[in-house]
Amino acid sequence: MKNFQVPRSPKVIFGLAGLALFILLTIVGPWLAPYDPSFSGFLPNVAPSWKHLLGTTGQGQDVFSQLLVGCRSTMVVGFIAGFVATVISIVIGVASGYLGGKADEGLSVLSNVFLAIPGLPLLIVLNSYLPTGQQTNPLVIGFVIALTGWAWGARVLRAQTLSLRDRDFVEAARIIGEKRGRIMFGEIGPNLLPILTSSLLFTILYSVGVYTTLAFLGLTNVSTWNWGTMLYWAQSSNAGLANEWWWIGPPGIMIALIGTSLALINFGIDEFINPRLRAGGISAKARRKSGAPRRPRLGMTPVLRVTSKAGPTND
Amino acid sequence: MKLLIRRFSLYLITAWVAITANFLLPRLMPGNPIEQLIAKLQGRVTPQMIRAIKLQFGQGLNQPLVVQYWHYVTGLAHGQLGESITLSQPVSQILGGQIWWTIGLIGTAAILSFLIGTTLGVLFGWTRGSRLDVVIPAATFLQSLPYYFLGTILIMYFAGHLHWFPIMNAYDPAQTPGWSWSYIASVLRYGELPILSIVLSSLAGWMLGMRNMMVTTISEDFVLMAVAKGLPRRKVMWHAARNAVLPSVANLALTIGFLVSGSLLVEQVFNYPGVGNLLVNAVGNEDYPLLQGIFLLVTLTVLGANFLADALYYILDPRTRSSRHQQ
Repeated sequence: MKNFQVPRSPKVIFGLAGLALFILLTIVGPWLAPYDPSFSGFLPNVAPSWKHLLGTTGQGQDVFSQLLVGCRSTMVVGFIAGFVATVISIVIGVASGYLGGKADEGLSVLSNVFLAIPGLPLLIVLNSYLPTGQQTNPLVIGFVIALTGWAWGARVLRAQTLSLRDRDFVEAARIIGEKRGRIMFGEIGPNLLPILTSSLLFTILYSVGVYTTLAFLGLTNVSTWNWGTMLYWAQSSNAGLANEWWWIGPPGIMIALIGTSLALINFGIDEFINPRLRAGGISAKARRKSGAPRRPRLGMTPVLRVTSKAGPTND
Repeated sequence: MKLLIRRFSLYLITAWVAITANFLLPRLMPGNPIEQLIAKLQGRVTPQMIRAIKLQFGQGLNQPLVVQYWHYVTGLAHGQLGESITLSQPVSQILGGQIWWTIGLIGTAAILSFLIGTTLGVLFGWTRGSRLDVVIPAATFLQSLPYYFLGTILIMYFAGHLHWFPIMNAYDPAQTPGWSWSYIASVLRYGELPILSIVLSSLAGWMLGMRNMMVTTISEDFVLMAVAKGLPRRKVMWHAARNAVLPSVANLALTIGFLVSGSLLVEQVFNYPGVGNLLVNAVGNEDYPLLQGIFLLVTLTVLGANFLADALYYILDPRTRSSRHQQ
């Protein structure tokens, strides 16, 4: 694991910086908000000004404060759901790939079934049957989202476990007589890390998207602020037709930005797993420095030996 | 053939799971939502309606679960989905009238998005490492925009501000539905913006996946061989693209569920008739029979589409036809 190094491409740096910013906002957002997000005593439908950086809503609330406060609930539910779903997918995916045989058949069918059922309608049905008090509980919603979102990760992890299971170093560990648990977590586990991270980020992305969608539909508590509820109020007050871009735009862009950050990190991980993708990902500067051709030639996988001064080795 | 049979049996199992979940959820959920619903409905709807709901969800019948399940499944085989509470119509009748709007809208958008996205992916994969790579972050951003949000923005700017498109509905209210040219033209015209918003927000996924496969395929020996033979560049690109597209087609079945989930809300934003719009209203009104009918119908339709996508993969990839090939 010494060589675990995600390529330092601009994509990854931007992604990590974005994620860090959102996590920071999750922590300090509510303290930074200039007003109480639910206070509705301001002039309604006012365009952005110095007093209201992002204007006010149709109910006379400050959009900027809602945006800052809403970050926490959006991110917390997204992360809870993402982590729970990933734990489920590790248990099912790794067990299915490592055990093989009948257990694999059964677990694969299970994850394929969950993958084929469209998630959002299932989620809406599940959510509508929750006891009345529970429908707005972020922890419960997080678990329900996780229940519909683990299958993709399980599938990817199973495939990777399957390919690792028969590699020589695992075979060697087995011959030495290492215990099954040690092989699974000590030998195979670390090699799953890149895929696992990628699957975790993907699941968080899914969860943030789904949670804001539920909120947009008014299925969560509409008086707790998150970016979905902001869009819910904007939609139900026809802010689009009134051309109130300052009200609709910010929450949607925030959702898209958190998604972009997570996806960009994922690209870096993809490039780490599949070196051929890196050919295009090496920055123009690094390429020039190492003397590689400006555009990768056809039929060649340029592999840059970054440490040595020698030219690129094409193999 | 083995692959197709395997997939088909998987979808049969999935359909059975969905049907069974649909049966069990209202009966086993903590807090007994159906009893609460009936209590809420007392005096608001006719006694017949209350009896129908009780029958559908097995309330106060004192029948064992297995018997209830048998009645449920046989009823379903005859197309019985119960009565909608708010619309006072059989659910199957309501859905039968609305599903075609949804299939038309999402189907067209999905096919367009796959074709355009894949073509763009081929081009960007071919020109990897060039300035065109800036589309990657841009496409990622586009992909991260929620479908319904993009729809709202498009309405605000292109329909509300520039007046290029009609704002809402599926056809001009002045037209009478029928097989007349003016009606069909109006349906197409009103469909443009909703389709555009689904295509724009789902396109990037296809594009990025195809680009990555293209980049990987270009380094294969057979591409080098094609270049060495002196084939024209365009032919080499086509040659690589045909091989790179297979994973995208294989993924097609898996992503249809995601696409449908996202697109259902676009109907709500555009006030477009269809299952998504019904779904949102059913949730708001706690119309459980309608809600369950929609879930079942959407799931079965998605499974059907999945199977079609698998069949396409089977036709395209000769390897699936060899008997030795597993998976």
